[in-house]
Amino acid sequence: MSARFAIGDTVRIAERYPPGHIRTPYYIRGKTGVVADVLGAFPNPEERAKARDGLPELPLYRIRFRQTEAWPDYDGDPGDTLDMEIYHHWLEPDKPAERSG
Amino acid sequence: MPTIGDHDHSHEDHERTFQPDEEDSLGYYAIAEMAVRELLIERGIFTADEFRRHLEVADHGNQALGAKVVARAWTDPDFKASLLRDGSVAVAEYDVEMLGHTRLYAVENTHDVHNVIVCTLCSCYPKPLLGLPPDWYKSRNYRARVAREPRKVLAEFGTFLPEGVTVRVHDSNADMRYLVLPMRPAGTEGYTVEQLEGLVTRDAMIGVTVVGAPV
Repeated sequence: MSARFAIGDTVRIAERYPPGHIRTPYYIRGKTGVVADVLGAFPNPEERAKARDGLPELPLYRIRFRQTEAWPDYDGDPGDTLDMEIYHHWLEPDKPAERSG
Repeated sequence: MPTIGDHDHSHEDHERTFQPDEEDSLGYYAIAEMAVRELLIERGIFTADEFRRHLEVADHGNQALGAKVVARAWTDPDFKASLLRDGSVAVAEYDVEMLGHTRLYAVENTHDVHNVIVCTLCSCYPKPLLGLPPDWYKSRNYRARVAREPRKVLAEFGTFLPEGVTVRVHDSNADMRYLVLPMRPAGTEGYTVEQLEGLVTRDAMIGVTVVGAPV
Protein backbone atom coordinates (compact mmCIF):
# COMPACT_ATOMS: atom_id res chain seq x y z
CA MET A 1 0.00 0.00 0.00
CA SER A 2 1.45 3.36 -0.96
CA ALA A 3 1.13 6.49 1.12
CA ARG A 4 -2.16 8.26 0.56
CA PHE A 5 -1.41 11.39 2.49
CA ALA A 6 1.40 13.89 1.96
CA ILE A 7 3.25 16.24 4.27
CA GLY A 8 0.99 19.18 5.08
CA ASP A 9 -2.30 17.32 4.59
CA THR A 10 -4.89 17.81 7.32
CA VAL A 11 -6.16 14.51 8.70
CA ARG A 12 -8.53 13.33 11.38
CA ILE A 13 -7.80 10.36 13.62
CA ALA A 14 -10.60 7.81 13.53
CA GLU A 15 -12.71 7.80 16.68
CA ARG A 16 -13.19 4.12 17.35
CA TYR A 17 -12.36 1.92 20.27
CA PRO A 18 -11.62 -1.65 19.16
CA PRO A 19 -10.18 -4.15 21.65
CA GLY A 20 -6.61 -5.41 21.39
CA HIS A 21 -3.12 -3.97 21.04
CA ILE A 22 -3.72 -0.51 19.58
CA ARG A 23 -0.91 2.02 19.11
CA THR A 24 -3.24 4.97 18.55
CA PRO A 25 -3.49 6.58 21.99
CA TYR A 26 -7.03 7.09 23.30
CA TYR A 27 -6.40 10.76 23.92
CA ILE A 28 -5.86 11.55 20.24
CA ARG A 29 -8.78 9.66 18.71
CA GLY A 30 -11.21 12.00 16.94
CA LYS A 31 -8.64 14.83 16.86
CA THR A 32 -7.40 16.68 13.80
CA GLY A 33 -3.75 17.23 12.90
CA VAL A 34 -1.35 17.74 10.01
CA VAL A 35 0.97 15.20 8.37
CA ALA A 36 4.49 16.15 9.50
CA ASP A 37 6.39 13.23 7.91
CA VAL A 38 5.72 10.14 5.81
CA LEU A 39 7.82 7.35 7.28
CA GLY A 40 7.40 4.42 4.89
CA ALA A 41 5.66 1.08 5.34
CA PHE A 42 5.61 -0.91 8.58
CA PRO A 43 3.90 -4.15 9.66
CA ASN A 44 0.54 -3.72 11.35
CA PRO A 45 1.20 -4.00 15.11
CA GLU A 46 -2.44 -4.85 15.82
CA GLU A 47 -1.89 -8.07 13.82
CA ARG A 48 1.63 -8.74 15.06
CA ALA A 49 0.32 -8.67 18.64
CA LYS A 50 -1.63 -11.80 17.69
CA ALA A 51 1.55 -13.48 16.39
CA ARG A 52 0.53 -12.87 12.75
CA ASP A 53 2.91 -11.36 10.20
CA GLY A 54 1.24 -7.92 10.10
CA LEU A 55 1.32 -7.94 6.28
CA PRO A 56 0.61 -6.11 4.09
CA GLU A 57 2.68 -3.34 5.64
CA LEU A 58 0.88 -0.08 6.29
CA PRO A 59 2.09 3.45 5.58
CA LEU A 60 3.09 5.11 8.84
CA TYR A 61 2.92 8.86 9.31
CA ARG A 62 4.03 11.38 11.88
CA ILE A 63 1.06 13.59 12.67
CA ARG A 64 1.45 16.95 14.38
CA PHE A 65 -1.36 18.20 16.61
CA ARG A 66 -1.71 21.53 18.29
CA GLN A 67 -1.68 20.96 22.05
CA THR A 68 -4.86 23.03 22.18
CA GLU A 69 -6.49 20.46 19.84
CA ALA A 70 -5.37 17.53 21.98
CA TRP A 71 -6.30 19.26 25.25
CA PRO A 72 -8.87 22.06 24.93
CA ASP A 73 -7.82 23.43 28.33
CA TYR A 74 -4.09 23.46 27.49
CA ASP A 75 -2.53 26.45 29.17
CA GLY A 76 0.96 26.53 27.61
CA ASP A 77 1.91 28.44 24.48
CA PRO A 78 -0.81 28.06 21.79
CA GLY A 79 1.91 27.16 19.25
CA ASP A 80 3.03 24.09 21.26
CA THR A 81 2.56 20.78 19.49
CA LEU A 82 2.28 17.07 20.13
CA ASP A 83 3.65 14.75 17.45
CA MET A 84 3.00 11.03 17.18
CA GLU A 85 3.00 8.16 14.72
CA ILE A 86 -0.28 6.97 13.27
CA TYR A 87 -0.79 4.00 10.93
CA HIS A 88 -2.67 4.53 7.70
CA HIS A 89 -5.92 2.81 8.67
CA TRP A 90 -6.49 5.24 11.55
CA LEU A 91 -6.39 8.32 9.32
CA GLU A 92 -9.36 9.96 7.67
CA PRO A 93 -9.12 12.88 5.28
CA ASP A 94 -10.30 16.03 6.98
CA LYS A 95 -13.56 17.29 5.49
CA PRO A 96 -14.02 20.79 6.86
CA ALA A 97 -17.17 21.45 4.81
CA GLU A 98 -18.93 18.40 6.21
CA ARG A 99 -17.68 19.03 9.73
CA SER A 100 -18.85 22.63 9.78
CA GLY A 101 -22.17 21.78 8.10
CA MET B 1 36.99 -7.14 70.18
CA PRO B 2 35.26 -10.51 69.90
CA THR B 3 37.50 -13.48 69.20
CA ILE B 4 36.67 -16.41 66.98
CA GLY B 5 34.54 -18.80 68.88
CA ASP B 6 32.70 -16.11 70.80
CA HIS B 7 29.11 -17.06 70.39
CA ASP B 8 27.13 -15.09 72.87
CA HIS B 9 24.57 -13.63 70.46
CA SER B 10 21.30 -15.23 69.45
CA HIS B 11 20.78 -16.95 66.10
CA GLU B 12 18.01 -14.54 65.24
CA ASP B 13 20.74 -11.95 64.60
CA HIS B 14 22.27 -14.26 61.98
CA GLU B 15 18.98 -14.53 60.18
CA ARG B 16 18.72 -10.80 59.96
CA THR B 17 22.11 -10.52 58.27
CA PHE B 18 21.01 -12.50 55.20
CA GLN B 19 19.83 -10.61 52.15
CA PRO B 20 16.86 -12.43 50.61
CA ASP B 21 17.60 -13.85 47.15
CA GLU B 22 16.18 -11.68 44.40
CA GLU B 23 14.01 -14.61 43.33
CA ASP B 24 12.27 -14.49 46.70
CA SER B 25 10.99 -11.00 46.03
CA LEU B 26 9.84 -11.28 42.42
CA GLY B 27 6.64 -9.36 41.83
CA TYR B 28 3.61 -10.39 39.87
CA TYR B 29 4.79 -8.82 36.59
CA ALA B 30 8.31 -10.24 36.80
CA ILE B 31 6.87 -13.72 37.20
CA ALA B 32 4.34 -13.10 34.41
CA GLU B 33 7.16 -11.94 32.10
CA MET B 34 9.16 -15.13 32.75
CA ALA B 35 6.13 -17.32 32.19
CA VAL B 36 5.15 -15.60 28.93
CA ARG B 37 8.76 -15.60 27.68
CA GLU B 38 9.09 -19.33 28.34
CA LEU B 39 5.81 -20.01 26.55
CA LEU B 40 6.87 -17.92 23.54
CA ILE B 41 10.14 -19.83 23.32
CA GLU B 42 8.28 -23.16 23.60
CA ARG B 43 5.92 -22.11 20.83
CA GLY B 44 8.88 -21.18 18.60
CA ILE B 45 7.94 -17.49 18.30
CA PHE B 46 11.57 -16.71 19.15
CA THR B 47 14.49 -18.68 20.47
CA ALA B 48 16.29 -18.25 23.77
CA ASP B 49 19.35 -17.12 21.83
CA GLU B 50 17.34 -14.49 19.95
CA PHE B 51 16.07 -13.20 23.30
CA ARG B 52 19.63 -13.07 24.65
CA ARG B 53 20.79 -11.31 21.45
CA HIS B 54 18.02 -8.71 21.86
CA LEU B 55 19.32 -7.86 25.34
CA GLU B 56 22.86 -7.71 24.00
CA VAL B 57 21.89 -5.16 21.33
CA ALA B 58 19.96 -3.08 23.86
CA ASP B 59 22.86 -3.23 26.32
CA HIS B 60 25.25 -1.87 23.68
CA GLY B 61 23.75 1.56 24.23
CA ASN B 62 24.69 4.02 26.94
CA GLN B 63 24.56 7.74 27.34
CA ALA B 64 28.25 8.20 26.51
CA LEU B 65 27.56 6.67 23.10
CA GLY B 66 24.64 9.05 22.61
CA ALA B 67 26.89 11.96 23.62
CA LYS B 68 29.45 10.88 20.99
CA VAL B 69 26.75 10.99 18.31
CA VAL B 70 25.52 14.42 19.43
CA ALA B 71 29.02 15.94 19.61
CA ARG B 72 29.79 14.53 16.16
CA ALA B 73 26.61 16.12 14.79
CA TRP B 74 27.66 19.45 16.32
CA THR B 75 31.03 19.35 14.57
CA ASP B 76 30.39 17.46 11.32
CA PRO B 77 27.62 18.98 9.13
CA ASP B 78 27.46 15.94 6.82
CA PHE B 79 26.96 13.62 9.78
CA LYS B 80 24.30 15.91 11.20
CA ALA B 81 22.43 15.92 7.88
CA SER B 82 22.63 12.13 7.78
CA LEU B 83 21.44 11.83 11.39
CA LEU B 84 18.42 14.02 10.71
CA ARG B 85 17.66 12.22 7.43
CA ASP B 86 17.79 8.66 8.79
CA GLY B 87 19.15 8.21 12.29
CA SER B 88 19.50 4.43 11.99
CA VAL B 89 21.82 4.76 9.00
CA ALA B 90 23.88 7.50 10.67
CA VAL B 91 24.51 5.58 13.91
CA ALA B 92 25.27 2.27 12.19
CA GLU B 93 28.94 3.25 12.10
CA TYR B 94 28.86 3.25 15.92
CA ASP B 95 27.69 -0.39 15.76
CA VAL B 96 24.24 0.68 16.93
CA GLU B 97 21.71 -1.75 15.53
CA MET B 98 18.11 -0.66 15.95
CA LEU B 99 15.84 -3.50 17.04
CA GLY B 100 13.13 -5.09 14.93
CA HIS B 101 11.26 -2.62 12.76
CA THR B 102 12.31 0.39 14.78
CA ARG B 103 14.18 3.34 13.32
CA LEU B 104 16.17 6.06 15.07
CA TYR B 105 14.55 9.45 14.50
CA ALA B 106 16.50 12.53 15.57
CA VAL B 107 14.74 15.81 16.28
CA GLU B 108 16.77 19.01 16.45
CA ASN B 109 16.40 21.71 19.05
CA THR B 110 16.72 25.23 17.68
CA HIS B 111 16.31 28.76 19.00
CA ASP B 112 12.61 28.42 18.10
CA VAL B 113 11.74 24.81 18.97
CA HIS B 114 12.44 22.61 21.99
CA ASN B 115 11.73 18.88 21.66
CA VAL B 116 10.91 16.44 24.46
CA ILE B 117 10.29 12.71 24.20
CA VAL B 118 7.78 10.47 25.97
CA CYS B 119 6.20 7.10 25.33
CA THR B 120 2.67 7.41 26.69
CA LEU B 121 1.74 3.82 25.84
CA CYS B 122 4.69 2.06 27.50
CA SER B 123 8.35 3.12 27.72
CA CYS B 124 9.81 3.05 24.18
CA TYR B 125 13.34 4.42 24.20
CA PRO B 126 16.32 4.22 21.81
CA LYS B 127 18.03 1.54 23.93
CA PRO B 128 20.60 0.40 21.33
CA LEU B 129 21.96 3.98 21.40
CA LEU B 130 21.23 5.25 24.93
CA GLY B 131 20.85 2.06 26.99
CA LEU B 132 18.03 1.58 29.46
CA PRO B 133 15.72 4.52 30.20
CA PRO B 134 15.74 6.18 33.62
CA ASP B 135 13.00 5.06 36.02
CA TRP B 136 11.17 8.38 35.86
CA TYR B 137 10.82 8.00 32.07
CA LYS B 138 8.77 4.86 32.72
CA SER B 139 6.68 6.36 35.50
CA ARG B 140 2.98 6.98 34.95
CA ASN B 141 3.46 10.49 36.31
CA TYR B 142 5.96 11.52 33.61
CA ARG B 143 4.18 9.67 30.80
CA ALA B 144 0.79 11.18 31.51
CA ARG B 145 1.87 14.68 32.43
CA VAL B 146 4.60 15.57 29.93
CA ALA B 147 2.14 15.01 27.07
CA ARG B 148 -0.51 17.10 28.85
CA GLU B 149 1.44 19.90 30.54
CA PRO B 150 5.02 19.76 29.21
CA ARG B 151 6.04 23.20 30.40
CA LYS B 152 5.16 22.35 34.00
CA VAL B 153 7.08 19.08 33.81
CA LEU B 154 10.09 20.81 32.23
CA ALA B 155 10.00 23.36 35.06
CA GLU B 156 10.14 20.50 37.57
CA PHE B 157 13.35 19.38 35.83
CA GLY B 158 14.64 22.93 36.26
CA THR B 159 14.16 23.78 32.59
CA PHE B 160 12.73 27.20 31.77
CA LEU B 161 12.72 28.06 28.08
CA PRO B 162 13.09 31.57 26.71
CA GLU B 163 9.85 33.22 25.67
CA GLY B 164 8.74 32.42 22.15
CA VAL B 165 10.18 28.90 22.09
CA THR B 166 7.67 26.29 20.90
CA VAL B 167 7.54 23.08 22.91
CA ARG B 168 7.15 20.01 20.74
CA VAL B 169 6.31 16.80 22.58
CA HIS B 170 6.92 13.56 20.66
CA ASP B 171 4.85 10.60 21.76
CA SER B 172 7.03 7.61 20.83
CA ASN B 173 3.99 5.43 20.25
CA ALA B 174 5.02 3.22 17.32
CA ASP B 175 8.17 2.38 15.32
CA MET B 176 10.38 5.47 15.66
CA ARG B 177 12.82 5.76 18.55
CA TYR B 178 13.61 9.38 19.27
CA LEU B 179 16.84 11.21 19.99
CA VAL B 180 16.79 14.92 20.80
CA LEU B 181 19.72 16.69 19.19
CA PRO B 182 20.30 19.45 21.76
CA MET B 183 21.66 22.88 20.84
CA ARG B 184 25.40 23.28 21.18
CA PRO B 185 25.91 25.73 24.02
CA ALA B 186 27.49 29.11 23.50
CA GLY B 187 31.09 29.45 24.64
CA THR B 188 32.22 26.08 23.26
CA GLU B 189 33.66 27.35 19.97
CA GLY B 190 37.18 26.19 20.75
CA TYR B 191 36.16 22.84 22.23
CA THR B 192 37.40 19.52 20.92
CA VAL B 193 34.85 16.83 20.08
CA GLU B 194 35.86 14.99 23.27
CA GLN B 195 35.24 18.09 25.39
CA LEU B 196 31.84 18.54 23.75
CA GLU B 197 30.93 14.90 24.48
CA GLY B 198 31.53 15.59 28.14
CA LEU B 199 28.83 18.26 28.18
CA VAL B 200 26.02 16.13 26.69
CA THR B 201 23.73 14.44 29.21
CA ARG B 202 21.11 11.72 28.92
CA ASP B 203 18.38 14.10 30.09
CA ALA B 204 19.27 16.57 27.33
CA MET B 205 18.93 13.78 24.77
CA ILE B 206 15.42 13.03 26.12
CA GLY B 207 14.72 16.75 26.09
CA VAL B 208 13.82 17.39 29.72
CA THR B 209 16.79 19.71 29.94
CA VAL B 210 19.22 21.54 27.67
CA VAL B 211 22.99 21.27 27.43
CA GLY B 212 24.28 24.01 29.68
CA ALA B 213 27.10 26.39 28.91
CA PRO B 214 30.43 25.22 30.32
CA VAL B 215 31.17 26.47 33.83
